Amino acid sequence: MRLKKNIATSDEGFIFNPGTGDSFSTNEIGTEIISLLKENKPQEIIIETICAKYDVDQNQFEKDLDDYLSQLKDYTILE
Amino acid sequence: MERQLKNFGQLGNKRIVIAVTALNAIDSPGPGVAVIRAIRECPDFDVRIIGLCYESLEPGLYMHDIVDKTYQVPYPSSGTDTLMGRLMHIHEIEHIDLIIPNFDAELFNFIKLKDKLSDAGIRTYLPDLVQFEARDKIKLYEFGNKHGLTIPKDIIIHQVKDLSEAAEKLGYPMVVKGKFYDAIVANTLEQAQKAFFKIQAKWGLPIIVQEFINGTEINVAALGDGEGNAISVIPMRKLYITDKGKAWAGITLDDTSFIELARKFVKVTKWRGGCELEIMQTADGKSYIMEVNPRFPAWIYLTAAAGQNQPAAMVKMALGEKVETFTDYEVGKIFIRYAWDLITDIREFQKISGTGEL
Repeated sequence: MRLKKNIATSDEGFIFNPGTGDSFSTNEIGTEIISLLKENKPQEIIIETICAKYDVDQNQFEKDLDDYLSQLKDYTILE
Repeated sequence: MERQLKNFGQLGNKRIVIAVTALNAIDSPGPGVAVIRAIRECPDFDVRIIGLCYESLEPGLYMHDIVDKTYQVPYPSSGTDTLMGRLMHIHEIEHIDLIIPNFDAELFNFIKLKDKLSDAGIRTYLPDLVQFEARDKIKLYEFGNKHGLTIPKDIIIHQVKDLSEAAEKLGYPMVVKGKFYDAIVANTLEQAQKAFFKIQAKWGLPIIVQEFINGTEINVAALGDGEGNAISVIPMRKLYITDKGKAWAGITLDDTSFIELARKFVKVTKWRGGCELEIMQTADGKSYIMEVNPRFPAWIYLTAAAGQNQPAAMVKMALGEKVETFTDYEVGKIFIRYAWDLITDIREFQKISGTGEL
């Protein structure tokens, strides 16, 4: 799962897809995930990073991350 | 001609007089005001803008920082002789260097008059009749097939009874379209018949019945040099659409497939001047050319804002300057149209209505 090269993101959680003209807002955790994706971190590292930083059940987070990534894919933000 | 071209060698030294039509900056706007705004923004030349209007309430003619002087011209249905007579009268007073017509309905007359205007010292930068007619809605499918461009299938009909046969071939939903304007999506034969009569009453025959394509609508503004090169191509996606399907907001896109498609169109037609491709991109990424408008679109100022000032480039080309092909533009540039109540008074309205000049 990699973020498409031309996707523009901001620290405030704004995502812009210049290929389609679509823009999105994501919350704080979403922004952190996007920034890890930008660094080409694999899914396991994203899970490890977020679970270490926040008080979250790993199974629950894995499920939520799957949902989030599949949304990003639907919106053609991921390659 | 050579002598005249040389006179324009340094555009900055001369005030260029440019006549522009389509000053109807209304909710479904003509491109004139946007074209002028882009031209005025170019620092390479000084211009005097002559507005050519058809009606006395076209907002552009009251925008005195946009248009220096306006003359009313006869409707396209009056024919080329009447138009030429009026243009020559205006030319005697204003010494027009270039005319940029921006209405679909008037282009035929201006293309027909191209040589006569040129003889009088007035330049145009228009496609020829063959190019102009090739992209006509009636012939677009055939044109696409010939040049490997993907166009939705269509069937041209003259009688309402032909709808059922067209539906058998195209399936539902299908789109019932007028020769010049209007498109209605029909899901049943009854809806298609209703659409047929509605469009026939407004735009006459024939009626185009077209395969329905579901997808995202992308518009592309392009400028061709008449030799097959696209000097500028800017793709835009509508972000907000009015009830008449016009863009009220739009954003420039970074998608080379649309640019390549426009370049291909310009190459195969050797298009000269501005044009707009209306493209529908399906979920599986296939791009269909839905229509080709033979002039700049009303959102053309976005091309200037994004770094490729197409109207200004066209002025330079029309006056004989070599313009390099643009390569970059700003992606994510947005336009948002707005409505503004321009205030004038009865004296101005009376002047344009009574004398045909303002």
